Amino acid sequence: MTNTSSSSGTSTPEIHVRDLHKSFGDNDVLRGIDLEIGQGEVVCVIGPSGSGKSTLLRCVNLLEEPTQGQVFVGGTEVTHPDVDIDAVRRRIGMVFQQFNLFPHLSVTENLTLPQRRVLKRGKEEAAEVAAENLERVGLSEKADAYPSSLSGGQQQRVAIARALAMGPEVMLFDEPTSALDPELVGDVLAVMRRLAHEGMTMMVVTHEMSFAREVADRVVFMDGGVIVEDGAPAQVIGNPSHERTRHFLSRLLDPAMADVEDDVEEGEKGL
Amino acid sequence: MSDADATLQPRKSGLTRRQKRALSRGAQYVVFVAAVIAFAVAADWGRLKNQFAQWDLVKQMFPDVITLALKNTVLYTMSGFVVGLVLGLVIALMRLSPVGPYRWLAGIYIEIFRGLPALLIFVFVGVAVPLAFPGTEIPGGTYGKVALALGLVSAAYMAETIRAGIQAVPKGQMEAARSLGFSHARAMVSIIIPQAFRIVIPPLTNELVLLFKDSSLVLFLGVTLEERELTKFGRDLASQTANSTPILVAGLCYLLVTVPLGFVVRRLEAKAGEATK
Ligand SMILES: Nc1ncnc2c1ncn2[C@@H]1O[C@H](COP(=O)(O)OP(=O)(O)O)[C@@H](O)[C@H]1O
Ligand SMILES: [Mg+2]
Repeated sequence: MTNTSSSSGTSTPEIHVRDLHKSFGDNDVLRGIDLEIGQGEVVCVIGPSGSGKSTLLRCVNLLEEPTQGQVFVGGTEVTHPDVDIDAVRRRIGMVFQQFNLFPHLSVTENLTLPQRRVLKRGKEEAAEVAAENLERVGLSEKADAYPSSLSGGQQQRVAIARALAMGPEVMLFDEPTSALDPELVGDVLAVMRRLAHEGMTMMVVTHEMSFAREVADRVVFMDGGVIVEDGAPAQVIGNPSHERTRHFLSRLLDPAMADVEDDVEEGEKGL
Repeated sequence: MSDADATLQPRKSGLTRRQKRALSRGAQYVVFVAAVIAFAVAADWGRLKNQFAQWDLVKQMFPDVITLALKNTVLYTMSGFVVGLVLGLVIALMRLSPVGPYRWLAGIYIEIFRGLPALLIFVFVGVAVPLAFPGTEIPGGTYGKVALALGLVSAAYMAETIRAGIQAVPKGQMEAARSLGFSHARAMVSIIIPQAFRIVIPPLTNELVLLFKDSSLVLFLGVTLEERELTKFGRDLASQTANSTPILVAGLCYLLVTVPLGFVVRRLEAKAGEATK
């Protein structure tokens, strides 16, 4: 589980980020990111709040336009000016912290509408694929429910199913369990774990260290817009070679400072 | 009033919030009714009745006041509303466009038409358009002209309402749609606008009430007998008979529609308020 045999070197990487920079005004959020993710590889991205994890993820499917550098997905340069962004995004599933289900549509419609409008699938095919993927996340019985009637965990699983129904090559997860009540986190992680075992290429921003340790092929630690450390989970989490990583992990594991999102600055000052 | 007071007595000891509210409202009613009574005593009812409540005149107005005048009022209103809605949506989208000139054009339209009295727009449509484009006919005759005039009047307001509705849809909705491969336009149509419309149904219904009243301005376009709506119908009859009863009846016909509509608006607003809690 901790090796990277299927990944880089042998074939072109599924995701290839090269010298990626992104600024918002004069805020340099990403300052030269290089990253390769092989086919079927699961990479967890960890790091303090504001380190640019979401921005990196959003640059991969061009929700943010990079300031400089290149991103390749499945061999296509998605940052190329002539690229059809919509076509690229069809191949990349994205799961958000806030689920972002379409509240005016039922669960099934959330899955069928994108297939029909974007992939031009017929009514029946779309319904079939929707049912399959709801089954996959264990929510077949909620097919006719509306998002507002679901728990956060169920909504997130529907969001995963919605992305999967498009048949993506790659799945991006941006803190998929951060908005969930603790008791609902497990179901979502279970779905993601299964997906990983099925061979999906996954890039996961998360604070769930046990998930990273157990499921990830690699863990990437980001801080201040750069990748500080990149390696096997046992190494990055278990035996980090950088002080910044150690510092981050110790605060993450310290229950008294569990709310990593809010106290980064304070923690820095407190040193 | 004694009946009302009796119902205000709390059944159990201590007043619930609801009962307190009812009590204060009851007090307000008392003041209000007193004012009405004072007014009623002071007014010269005989003359008023003569001028506004001639029963045979009322009877003479039926059924035309409903089958012709009210029907036309509703037709004018609905067609104006549809034109305004479509135009308003287009202007709202222009206003939100990344393309500068679209935004400016939409902004100019909104500023101009929000600032003009509806009457001027009717005069403009009735006089200026035929003068400026001789030989051209606005399709649909009077109905087309009214639809255009009311549409122009309401589009500015509706555009601002719809724009606010679109902006009230959380940003994550567009991002989710885009990340699924929707184009911006398709995401707007399938995901954002349907949600925005839910938000703006109450204010748009309110606009419908305003339009309903503004449709009376048709009389400045010059209409045939068959095209008269409530106000024109009432006024014509009033001047024929030298009596104002038809005006009163026409007014009641307006209320017949606007009061229930207002009720619907308040219900929708209450529902929308609940949903956002
Ligand atoms: N759309 C944006 N406009 C301006 N600044 C942004 C935007 N998105 C992110 N940022 C800034 O980029 C930095 C990194 O944000 P983000 O990538 O969300 O970090 P993380 O996901 O690691 O918490 C933050 O300082 C944030 O304020
Ligand atoms: Mg983030």
